[in-house]
Amino acid sequence: MANRLISEMGLPKSIANVFAARSIKTAKALSLLEQRNRNEQLAGHLPTGLKGLDEALFGGIPFGVITELVGPAGIGKTQFCLKLSLLASLPMRHGGLDGQVIYIDMESKFSSKRLIEIGAQSFPEIFHMRGMAQEMAGRILVLRPVSLAEFTESLQQIKILLLERRVKLLVIDSMAALASGEFEHGASKINPLGWHISFLKSVAELSRIPIVVTNQVRSQSNDDTWRYNFQVGTRRQDLEDTPKYDSHLIAALGIHWSHAVTIRLILETISGERFIKVAKSPMSPALAFPFSITSSGISLLNDDGIEVVGQEISTIHCHGHSEIIGSDSLQFHG
Amino acid sequence: MEVGRLPISAALKGKLVSAGYTSLSLLSSLSPSHLARDLNISENEALDILKHAPLDGRIDTSSGHHVINGAQTAWDMLHEEELLTRITTSSVDIDNILGGGISCREVTEIGGVPGIGKTQLGIQLAVNVQLPVHCGGLGGKAIYIDTEGSFMVERVLQIAEACRDDMSANNALSQNVHAGQVGMQPKDFLENILYFRVCSYAEQIALINYLDKFMSEHKDVKIIIIDSITFHFRQDFEDMALRTRLLSGMALKLMKLAKKFCLAVVLLNQVTTKFAEGSFQLTLALGDSWSHACTNRIILYWNGNERYAYIDKSPSLRSASAPYAVTARGIRNNVSNCKRIKLM
Repeated sequence: MANRLISEMGLPKSIANVFAARSIKTAKALSLLEQRNRNEQLAGHLPTGLKGLDEALFGGIPFGVITELVGPAGIGKTQFCLKLSLLASLPMRHGGLDGQVIYIDMESKFSSKRLIEIGAQSFPEIFHMRGMAQEMAGRILVLRPVSLAEFTESLQQIKILLLERRVKLLVIDSMAALASGEFEHGASKINPLGWHISFLKSVAELSRIPIVVTNQVRSQSNDDTWRYNFQVGTRRQDLEDTPKYDSHLIAALGIHWSHAVTIRLILETISGERFIKVAKSPMSPALAFPFSITSSGISLLNDDGIEVVGQEISTIHCHGHSEIIGSDSLQFHG
Repeated sequence: MEVGRLPISAALKGKLVSAGYTSLSLLSSLSPSHLARDLNISENEALDILKHAPLDGRIDTSSGHHVINGAQTAWDMLHEEELLTRITTSSVDIDNILGGGISCREVTEIGGVPGIGKTQLGIQLAVNVQLPVHCGGLGGKAIYIDTEGSFMVERVLQIAEACRDDMSANNALSQNVHAGQVGMQPKDFLENILYFRVCSYAEQIALINYLDKFMSEHKDVKIIIIDSITFHFRQDFEDMALRTRLLSGMALKLMKLAKKFCLAVVLLNQVTTKFAEGSFQLTLALGDSWSHACTNRIILYWNGNERYAYIDKSPSLRSASAPYAVTARGIRNNVSNCKRIKLM
């Protein structure tokens, strides 16, 4: 496949052979578009079932890149991951990818009971058929590595599975647990996940599957309002402007990770309402959608989205968070 | 090519120099009989010499000093620089602080925090370079080297469509369409972007080494965009000295490519923090030695709720900031800025 695209570029044979030998992927942008339209479902996207979000992302979670879900604890990242795992395992006529899913569960949050509940509520016609629930759940492989070394080893093994082309989605919940220190003592502090980030990106592209990663948040210290050296004069003014009542959070794992992910979806609470917003995406406008957690997973309350201007799109709010966590859990089990 | 390097006999070369013809541009407007009389040679020999003169009087880009190879006087360079067209960024404000746009024969580094619009600007330039010269482009192709996987084809299509719409709106206004000229379609824009994906620093270096050969076969490429130059060099490089050597080698090669083939090289960079003046500051990644490597350096940053571009380093442009916006149609002027002007 890659070789055919190289030959369309019109490179002289000697160079084309060298590139193919070194697996340097090259193509005309037009050929990439046409190939994806031809070969992949929905031109390379996994629809999330949330209409507004799918439209903003041009079809859904894109293949071949890392999509990050970041937000405070209890906001619904794992719920979203469970829903996506289910969607990827569904047969194609129901909008799924008809494939296997690998779910790497770092914090023991995977609940198969909840998974079946989401399935039964969202797709009752499939799940009430005999044996379908077992088949769908059987396509989701859950891994629980307990150390960074084990995680690294699992990644190597996953690569082989991916090359066999039966796995259609990889979920890592959560990436932050790996770097938080409880896993590896004395590891290189500079960039312990550097190799993993590169590996995930190249594996995503080689096998053209979506990779969804969740991330935690940490609170923002004043030092975090960074500026360039030519901006230094404006800093004092900003410190005064920052409202004191709102608690500001930032994504964990640092700025290198922020550069490495392609799509960042922030889940946050403002005044007791939950929002999912597209904070970083090479092709989407800056929109925020209010959502709620229901028995069938996540559903958007408004498909049009609210446009967010400027840097607001990258800040994570946690205002009024504790109230909704309490009230939701009552509704849940009721 | 200097007279000294012409493939003619030494005797003829001597006659040319003593008659005062030290550079080929002087020969370009001569007739063979005139030259034959001047040099006291046969007309056939004069024709032979003139075969090597530039036909359309275009200034030879590699004209140099007749004694020192590769040297050029500042006056010649001034003429060359004035002839260079620049590539528009689609934002008039940014084009203004850049003196018209991204210039050729220079390496421009553009850096910023994630989400500020570096990839957007890269894609916009890859589309804009294909525009005809009167629209702000160079009528050439683009090479896009993707090290992070952030090149989304759907977005390129969106930007190309907006470009096509703008072009036909302009053509309708100025009635500039020549008879029979077909407007460029979005798919044509995509066709002219040559995409390379590299997954490790070794591949990145190998590709840049091969670009020289590639470019001699594809002379119509007018811009090389690398998005981003940093990514593979930020993974755990234990040997920082090696990293510095590799980076400076890469920078030299890219500069050579820019000058030799008269194209623009745009490198997108990430940010990191450094401790300076008692606090943590943002700065572009890859260290201090890298900051010397590029000709121009532009930093994209947030100022309140607006995006700004700042010229951090340039041998010929003043330090200035300009606002811009990232819209569904690509990089454009900041709308609120325009509103302010209207009120005044």
